[in-house]
Amino acid sequence: MNRIQRLFQEKKEGILNIYFTAGHPGLNDTEDIIIELDKAGVDLVEVGMPYSDPLADGETIQKSSSIALKNGMHLDLLFEQIKSARQKTDIPMVMMGYYNQVLQYGPKKFINRCSDAGVDGLILPDLPLFEFEEKYKDIFEAAGLGISFLVTPKTETHRIQKIDEVSKGFIYMVSTNATTGGEASFSNEQLDYFQRMKGLELQNPRLIGFGISSKKGYDAACSHSNGAIIGSAFIRALENGQNLSSTIHQFVNSIKNG
Amino acid sequence: MSNYEIDNRGFYGKFGGAYIPELLYPCVEELRSQYESIMQDEGFQEEFQSLLKDYVGRPTPLYFAKRLSKYYNTNIYLKREDLCHTGAHKVNNTIGQILVAQRLNKKRIIAETGAGQHGVATATVCALMGIECIVYMGEKDIERQAPNVKRMKMLGAEVRPAMSGSKTLKDATNEAIRDWINNPHDTHYIIGSVVGPHPYPDMVAKFQSVISEEIKWQLKEHIGKENPDAVIACVGGGSNAAGAFYHYMDEADVRLIACEAAGLGVESGETAATSVIGSEGIIHGSRTLLMQTDDGQIVEPYSISAGLDYPGIGPLHAHLIDSGRAEAVSITDAEAMKAGFFVSKMEGIIPAIETAHAFAALEHIKYKASDVIVINLSGRGDKDLATYVAWDNNEYQHNH
Ligand SMILES: Cc1ncc(COP(=O)(O)O)c(C=O)c1O
Repeated sequence: MNRIQRLFQEKKEGILNIYFTAGHPGLNDTEDIIIELDKAGVDLVEVGMPYSDPLADGETIQKSSSIALKNGMHLDLLFEQIKSARQKTDIPMVMMGYYNQVLQYGPKKFINRCSDAGVDGLILPDLPLFEFEEKYKDIFEAAGLGISFLVTPKTETHRIQKIDEVSKGFIYMVSTNATTGGEASFSNEQLDYFQRMKGLELQNPRLIGFGISSKKGYDAACSHSNGAIIGSAFIRALENGQNLSSTIHQFVNSIKNG
Repeated sequence: MSNYEIDNRGFYGKFGGAYIPELLYPCVEELRSQYESIMQDEGFQEEFQSLLKDYVGRPTPLYFAKRLSKYYNTNIYLKREDLCHTGAHKVNNTIGQILVAQRLNKKRIIAETGAGQHGVATATVCALMGIECIVYMGEKDIERQAPNVKRMKMLGAEVRPAMSGSKTLKDATNEAIRDWINNPHDTHYIIGSVVGPHPYPDMVAKFQSVISEEIKWQLKEHIGKENPDAVIACVGGGSNAAGAFYHYMDEADVRLIACEAAGLGVESGETAATSVIGSEGIIHGSRTLLMQTDDGQIVEPYSISAGLDYPGIGPLHAHLIDSGRAEAVSITDAEAMKAGFFVSKMEGIIPAIETAHAFAALEHIKYKASDVIVINLSGRGDKDLATYVAWDNNEYQHNH
């Protein structure tokens, strides 16, 4: 059992998953951000691998990605940073990025580096389900690496069930049919979707992400699923903050306690 | 069965497919599940053919270029896509796709554009049908293709600048895809080339295939046989080349010659010669050849030609080149510009700078005096006048 599975076994509600783009704001902030997020009481950390053409991401993450790349972030360095952070924390970590990054690095080598660095799961939004099943499922299982696929309000039930069958760790429920970054106040359509997902009794826990930026959004997400994923709002806080540690603690506190 | 058709998952050999985030899945799936039946429908074909004839002005002529043939000591025919309404082949595809969009009940059209030709062709069909049109265009391209920006606006389209990355075609495509993700219900995305996730490469190639369909019977009228010895076309994403190659792909005796933009030179770091310096990967939802780093970051391309300034090629072309069926030729800015001026004076036709790359191939390839060579004259050069003039005055070179 890896750290993600253990987390969801121990904690069923109110999971807080924070995303940040590695290499932003500073090239070498990765380790400090992970450690401080852990200390601040975050349950799961999602490390974004900056990409030149992040199709599924909104403006904030696009901008942070191009800054990170300009700062010189690359995968070898990122694996070293994560490995170093892993010596100091047991917080579950997933890496999120685009399939082309894994393809060029070499999928086998990439997965080995994940295991070696203590990464627990991957999110690759543009990796097709069938390709994962045919090419990678067995290697992921052997490496004890989880995989989370995305579900949106427009995903049909039979496809959700298929995604649940293939995912291992949690399902990433995209709150809206929109690229990340917008403001969340859930509509009736979204609430119907959350209920529909609940009713399917999936094997994987569900985390709701995209557009959550406040305690209100976090609480709402938690009341309809196992927890929330916050990305853009955290990146904006990092951009505006002076001191990394106090910014992170203040941000997490504002999400959990208002 | 053709070796160059897609399989049931949308792959040409190992290239193609749909590598898209789940957010885009419903949009693409709606199109994928319906495009074939829509295109095969009799009513659709009637409307499509009648618009190609009466609105676009098809068939476009296949013209024997006498002086050029004499100069090169061979037989050169020009497929005059520059005579299509709006001045390039792009409109063959936009006519087809607007009819598909109507049948999918879409009320809003988005498009990306590089040279502005696809943007103009999209704005044109939207005006024709009375549908809202938004065109994403890189900031850099808005500058260097100013006449086309004015045309799009006059046609009633909104032109939105893409400000990220190299501010060219790749970035305009990213923005269009994001728009589609955010507007899945009412919007159809008219992609301008044989790129993007399945079913786009196949659908666009089929709409453009009218080019080689006509070449076949026109050549028969000219010389008594359907097959030339070679077909030459420039490749940005590859739509005019796909159209010119389409009905010849299974005819092994016809050479298919794809001309890519080498920019300042293949090894210069300022290039768009994807098939030479590119490798297999994923761009805009398709597995194909693209220019990238060891870490899979997409490299920003460069070409004097906005329509060829793209770091990938369509999956069909990746397959044709990878399998050895098509030959790729890289043409520098300087070679293309020289060819553009030369053809203007030799034949009285000012070609688009994109198309000038195809003419420059005559300096690279081997051929015999008895050969019959068809060059796809994808577009006219009016939009490029400022660049031609700046080049002639040495101002362009000075700034690059
Ligand atoms: C005249 C002309 N030719 C060629 C191209 C390149 O596109 P494709 O490779 O899809 O034909 C363009 C693109 O803007 C164009 O305007």
